[in-house]
Amino acid sequence: MATETQTPAAPALSRKDFVTPNDVRWCPGCGDYAILNSLQRTLPELGVPRENFVIISGIGCSSRFPYYMQTYGFHTIHGRAPTVATGVKVANPDLSVWLVTGDGDGLSIGGTHLLHLLRRNLDVTVLLFNNRIYGLTKGQYSPTSPEGTRTKTTPGGSVDHPINPLLFALGAEATFIARTLDNNPKHMVETFKAAHEHKGVSFVEIFQNCVIFNDGAWDAVYAKENRNEQMLFLEAGKPLLFGKDKQKGIRLNGLTPEICDATAPDVLIHQPDHASPLYSQMLANMTLPDFPTPVGVVRSIQRPSYEQQIHGQVLAAQEKLGGGTWQELLHGSSTWTVE
Amino acid sequence: MTPATRGFREMKSVVVRFAGDSGDGMQIVGERFTDTSVTVPNAIATFPDFPAEIRAPVGTIAGVSAFQVHFGSQTVLTPGDEPDSLVAMNPAALAVHLGDLAEGGLLIANSAAFTEENLKMAGYGSNPLEDPELQKKYDLLSLDITGLAVEALKDSSLSHRDKLRTKNFFALGFTYWVYGRPLEPTIQFINDKWAKKLPDVADANIRVLKAGYFLGETMETTRNRYMVARAEVEPGTYRKISGNDAIALGLIAGAKKAGRELLFSGYPITPASSILEALAGFKHYGVKTVQAEDEIAAIGVALGASFAGQIGVTGTSGPGMCLKSEFIGLATSTELPLVIVNVQRGGPSTGLPTKTEQSDLLQALYGRHGESPLPVVAANSPSDCFRAAFEAVRIALEYSTPVILLSDGYLANGSEPWKIPDESSLPEIHKPFADPSQPYVTFARDPETLARTQAIPGQPGLEHRIGGLEKNEKGGISYEPENHAEMTRLRAAKVAAVAKSIPPLNVTGERTGKLLVVGWGGTHGAITSAVASLRAEGYEVSSTNIRYLNPLPPDLGALLAGFDKVLVPELNSGQLALILRARYLVDAVSMNKIMGRPFRVNELRERILQLLND
Repeated sequence: MATETQTPAAPALSRKDFVTPNDVRWCPGCGDYAILNSLQRTLPELGVPRENFVIISGIGCSSRFPYYMQTYGFHTIHGRAPTVATGVKVANPDLSVWLVTGDGDGLSIGGTHLLHLLRRNLDVTVLLFNNRIYGLTKGQYSPTSPEGTRTKTTPGGSVDHPINPLLFALGAEATFIARTLDNNPKHMVETFKAAHEHKGVSFVEIFQNCVIFNDGAWDAVYAKENRNEQMLFLEAGKPLLFGKDKQKGIRLNGLTPEICDATAPDVLIHQPDHASPLYSQMLANMTLPDFPTPVGVVRSIQRPSYEQQIHGQVLAAQEKLGGGTWQELLHGSSTWTVE
Repeated sequence: MTPATRGFREMKSVVVRFAGDSGDGMQIVGERFTDTSVTVPNAIATFPDFPAEIRAPVGTIAGVSAFQVHFGSQTVLTPGDEPDSLVAMNPAALAVHLGDLAEGGLLIANSAAFTEENLKMAGYGSNPLEDPELQKKYDLLSLDITGLAVEALKDSSLSHRDKLRTKNFFALGFTYWVYGRPLEPTIQFINDKWAKKLPDVADANIRVLKAGYFLGETMETTRNRYMVARAEVEPGTYRKISGNDAIALGLIAGAKKAGRELLFSGYPITPASSILEALAGFKHYGVKTVQAEDEIAAIGVALGASFAGQIGVTGTSGPGMCLKSEFIGLATSTELPLVIVNVQRGGPSTGLPTKTEQSDLLQALYGRHGESPLPVVAANSPSDCFRAAFEAVRIALEYSTPVILLSDGYLANGSEPWKIPDESSLPEIHKPFADPSQPYVTFARDPETLARTQAIPGQPGLEHRIGGLEKNEKGGISYEPENHAEMTRLRAAKVAAVAKSIPPLNVTGERTGKLLVVGWGGTHGAITSAVASLRAEGYEVSSTNIRYLNPLPPDLGALLAGFDKVLVPELNSGQLALILRARYLVDAVSMNKIMGRPFRVNELRERILQLLND
């Protein structure tokens, strides 16, 4: 490793160890505050020395995140954070790398990079703040905005079909896919911890409200009056139940899900490690108004990570060929001498 | 098989060009002829010239592939202007290359390929080999190379198709006879390549190679044979090296001298891909390679590695440079070490992917948004790519800055003998890192180099944030007008400070006089050859090659001022000339060539003579 990683008996860390003196400059009431707070509560509990955390972001409101975390951080350029995260993690696999992005940054300008980060299974955690709007540029529709969204650039309503972030991640065969909510700190902390523990790439979509340009972005899902009926909390090994008294369940009718009574014998049991992506896809596809929105860990399977395999090839080559000498480097396989 | 000197005409240097269809194996025989000649030893330089299409339709002009070898008993700095011998394996190869053949030159043609259909595809109305004019103008030797190769294999178990594929070795064997070269190195090569897995193929190629050689010995007609004596070469251990391989080694050497690991991240692009390919074979040196999803990702990965404390390098060619420019701006703003290799090719856009040009100089210097100066270094020969790459790594680390290394297609694919340097002749590289016992200041600078001291993730107590937003010295975001002005000034001053570490310019000839020829990059060999030959004839002319294009060498201004005239030959429309005129108020004369090909020594000589006589 290139860095002088130290592993002393790590002193216990607390939330305040992760707070920077910088003024946080999000709009009052922005969902990002709650996410920041939850991450600052999560990191001290992971058993990782503070100096080993690296937070990398692109451009956008969410991407200001590194400035507010007392860790190593890199605020990069629009859409390209996954590439920098790849370089950091490949260079030093011991680091705990967190990538903060938004719906525009991660799924529009940086869609390619996110796709490749996910399919390579780099062991980083991706937090995608989805507020379905371009906030920092003052309110243009985003790739996750529903069809018909009226903004300054779409006065007649947007005609683009939106990206479903979970389906995108599944299409890239991400090994860990989850969804959490900016109004539920407890759930965020639990989800962030599970994402960190997963070896390989972790993709977490966070429903986030933009109080200025898209206020109420997720109210249809998580407002007080809707949350019981419109959300399905996923728990491994537990049945898929929802409703005020968990009176409703989800079962399969052929290849299609349908809502049934919670007491039905064939209510599905949540299996995030289900071998078939069909199950994850069924969950990812469940949206309003026909189905409740699944929240929690949708998928968690195992596959070797990219940086460990690269590192392994270096070690294998060194084992086979030695550490590489100047003589071999400069002389190569064929030389001649002139007297 | 020691060649007898009897019957040979002694030559100081010879240029041989092998040309054929891209499936005819011309690159292989060119490489073999080169490897054989370096063992003589001869001074040598090569120039492969192949089409952008992997397999254009057989027999067409578009599918012609060629390899030129220049070997001599004295210094050889270029692959040569015009071939003394041309091996043409089909009519299309003849049509493309005959115009270059020196009058009276040896023309070996594979008559079997001059069929009606092939002649038509090459645009010939009649068979040029039967043209009395051609026979008068050149020393034509029309041989049924295909038939003779197949005949030599009449007992072989190979399929007819595979027999046909050996014809390039027949042409090679005959050419060896003409120039009295030994067969052993090629036989060794064939055995190494095929003897184990495909013994029949090895056997067939050796038989055909020998058949070609023996044809020369048994031919009834007396042919001219040519002898190039051993070159007086500086004693030492040598290897043959191409520009892109030399870049790979220079990058590793730089990383080793700095005690950093190298991470190279690239996206396949002609003519830069072979750097990534070469480095992928050096994993045991701790080299990590990433084939990224695109050009932007490639530089992002490299920058991430540099942020994590390694040395990140990316490589590409012109179109890729355009895609990387936003990231180069970020590297400039965050002041992280990074090397960006641009193996230039003909542009704009896809342009001429396999041809050479020097037209990205202004892009390297200025092709970014905002005030974003960075050091630019250029290699001047295939083997010099090693030292240029090493220098790029040194400057990137010692000054904590992105550096652009300019090479070109001509250097990348060309190869020459390289006197292997001693490891101890390479300087140590000192990278400024933060002191963990002191509070970390993100933009604290080394007083000498003005380099930012870097702290690396994993170092306790030095946690900090960087990014593309303008910062103050402590690393805080700042929109203050005075701070922006000061940081802009500091970034420029740091790049300017690199000049203190630049050695004095190398000058061929006197440092004052009538005419100075100023070049940069891969034109070095042709310019030096032209100037050296004119000086030997008594002309008052000097030349220099600029390696450091930003900042420019401190002694350049005085050198320019010492001459009546300055000529700047470039494979572009006058980009360095523009800089020299602006910077030094010198009335530099531009000489330009934008044809995808390097300068010929003769065209440089003519232009220099014109200026001297004006």
